[in-house]
Amino acid sequence: MLRHAFRIAWKDLRIEVRSKEIFMTMAFFGALLVVIYSFAFPNDQTAIRGSVPGMLWVSIAFTGTIALGRAFDRERENDTMRALLLAPVPRLSVFLGKAIAMAVLILGVAVVVVPLLALWLNAPLFAYPLELAVSVGLGALGMAVIGSVFAATLLKARSRDVLLPVVLYPILLPLFVAGTKCTAGLVAEHPNLEAAHYWISFLGIYDAAFLVLSLWVFESLVIE
Amino acid sequence: MNKLLVPVLCVVAAIGFLVSIYLVFYNAPLDYTIDPETQRLVGTSLFFNQKIYFFHVPNAIMLFVAVTVAGCASILYLWKRTPVWDDLAAATVDISVAFGAVVLATGSIWAKAAWDVWWQWEPRLTMSLLLWLILVGYVLVRKFAGPSADRVAAGMAIFGMVGVPFIYTMVGQDSHPAAGTKGVVATQGHAMLAAFWTSFATFLIWFIVLVITRVQSTRAERELRELRERALDLGVLE
Repeated sequence: MLRHAFRIAWKDLRIEVRSKEIFMTMAFFGALLVVIYSFAFPNDQTAIRGSVPGMLWVSIAFTGTIALGRAFDRERENDTMRALLLAPVPRLSVFLGKAIAMAVLILGVAVVVVPLLALWLNAPLFAYPLELAVSVGLGALGMAVIGSVFAATLLKARSRDVLLPVVLYPILLPLFVAGTKCTAGLVAEHPNLEAAHYWISFLGIYDAAFLVLSLWVFESLVIE
Repeated sequence: MNKLLVPVLCVVAAIGFLVSIYLVFYNAPLDYTIDPETQRLVGTSLFFNQKIYFFHVPNAIMLFVAVTVAGCASILYLWKRTPVWDDLAAATVDISVAFGAVVLATGSIWAKAAWDVWWQWEPRLTMSLLLWLILVGYVLVRKFAGPSADRVAAGMAIFGMVGVPFIYTMVGQDSHPAAGTKGVVATQGHAMLAAFWTSFATFLIWFIVLVITRVQSTRAERELRELRERALDLGVLE
């Protein structure tokens, strides 16, 4: 099952590496967001320390939603989602493959946004690189898992572009809040590592619970 | 039995409302505590303002019940694919959006009286808001998603239900007046307890009546639509 999943993820990523469509547009969009932040928010160090976690996670939320919509639109345009679901591999592999590819994409955008935040806003984001990387990774994974379920289910729906965030954000709110609080603990003037570790484990449990749930319901949600 | 069930429950709920209004406003004592030694007010003595509690808490409990019922019904729908479960989930969510609006409004009024702010990012208020947002999202999906609305909505209900413990953990420690019988009510004895439980039972019955009616109307709608399609196929209707 995992082998097939990696093959499907690799297929998606190879399309992306060749066209670079989603990554380029998302990274540019993420950079624009950072520029907007730097004009929209007060530019002194204490204010930046307070608001940079929110900026980071709002960027992840925005770029992630658009990436999800676009990635699944690709499958819709040529009706290849049906072909994927009919392929002689477990449907869970299809889901896992999609989720892995999405997680990599969202992470890729975060890799662009985080240094830009640190550079343009002078935010101390690299004080604890390991904790930051783990929390952003878990956030991207959770968003990719839940996002793939609903982007796939919404594939045939009318007005799916507006509905994707309407469906995703209420469910993903705990993830964004946990991520923001974790980052806040890391960039604070007196870093609170204990809180950061608590929120990282929260993210881990959240991801695990929703991964199991997604594996369980994916098939019955996408099959008509 | 079905023909009688709704009217009977309606009558029970109507009587319940009258009784609970009597119990809440005429029978239950005002909320204040006087220290026997200093003869001064202690704690949060809200006097008449506390009455809103009897309408706020039952509605809030309904919100949690609704999320659970909608989640379980959606699981059964995905599993069995019988439309009645979908109807039940949709009806529960529809009704509980209204109940949730009552919770948020009464909660705000209470907060103004007790904490002197209209809104506070306090755990149970936050939690009610987040649950309510999931329910509103569900209604929007049902309305605008077109042919696959039922599946997307079912997924949302299930994911929302699983998310509740996470929201609960996330919002953390609370300064909310303790819910149910342990807080204000218990300290004030039987009259308040009676008012609370009567009000709770009334709202529960009222909720059930509304959900049953909603399910029936959805079912009637679908039957009408199918009938119409059949008539169109047969050429009876233009």
